[in-house]
Amino acid sequence: MSDAKKVMITVRKPPHGSIYVHEAIEVMFIVASFGLDLSVVFIDDGVLALKTGQDTKELGIKGFMASIGAFMDFEVTKVYVDRQSLEDRNMSEADLAFIGEDETTEQPVRPTILDSSAIAALMAEQQSLMAL
Amino acid sequence: MLHTLNKSPFSHTSLENCLRFIKPDDVLLLLEDGVYAATRGTSRSHLIEQALQNGHVFAMQADLKARGLTDLIDGVQLADYDKFVELLEQHSSHAWR
Amino acid sequence: MKFTLLILDGPYNHTASDSAYQTAQAMLRRGHDIRGVFFYHDGVYNVSNASDPPQDDRNIPQRWSALGAQNIDMVVCIAAAKRRGITNELLVPNTRISGLGQLATMIIESDRLVVFGD
Repeated sequence: MSDAKKVMITVRKPPHGSIYVHEAIEVMFIVASFGLDLSVVFIDDGVLALKTGQDTKELGIKGFMASIGAFMDFEVTKVYVDRQSLEDRNMSEADLAFIGEDETTEQPVRPTILDSSAIAALMAEQQSLMAL
Repeated sequence: MLHTLNKSPFSHTSLENCLRFIKPDDVLLLLEDGVYAATRGTSRSHLIEQALQNGHVFAMQADLKARGLTDLIDGVQLADYDKFVELLEQHSSHAWR
Repeated sequence: MKFTLLILDGPYNHTASDSAYQTAQAMLRRGHDIRGVFFYHDGVYNVSNASDPPQDDRNIPQRWSALGAQNIDMVVCIAAAKRRGITNELLVPNTRISGLGQLATMIIESDRLVVFGD
């Protein structure tokens, strides 16, 4: 994987009011399956996409919540959330949905929270960045 | 890195949010409605003034002309599409939509 | 250099499509290759042959068709297209519908990805 091209997908829009998050997840799964070194970063309103307890049934929209729990199954393992964006929205780590299970420990795993400087450093490493 | 910004700072927080992720020597390019951020003496001018302390800021000339904008913050450079591509040759880019 | 362009918004409603087109022209002027243009989200509307804009304004789908005629791969995402009712019959010449895998391939085969969207 060390030679694989580094690609980042950023998600900055909130879920359900538009299709951006749902269709972004479809891209994540495909990109990960092509052996690209994918990092996914949720920033600004994008962090709301990972909130627990979302239920779109009454809206009559299919939604994507089941896909979040399957991230790691689909090789989307490098999932990050911007700390400031969470704080601005009165969210903490406990509000974030699980993205799968750790392979070894089988414990449920949440996205990793990063400071903006760490995200900026990660961005600088990427070959291609996709803002979806 | 090249950061592209296409939203007016008066109606969107994209520019304000983007500034947290700009590193020294990164380049910011304003296009479409983002060029409104380059106008001098507004309630949002401080955002571009802040960006200029970190690195180069460009505004797309065609978008400025379309909007009748001539009074720009000192230090903002004009870019045409050839310049935009030159910047893309030098940097990976992220679009702050 | 090899560029891939990703267009995320429909024609006319926002000017992402225009910015992308002008940038593509500049890329070609500067002697670069465009590996492909991929249309996603509402971007799939960019290649509709049912579009009939006023004669004195730019014809965005025709522009993309003309770019496709220069041997540049113009690909519309099938999943996004199906949702929005863009079918093969509605495509302008020199554009095609295919899967997201084509986007991944374009990225692998390019030096730079440039995103245009609302």
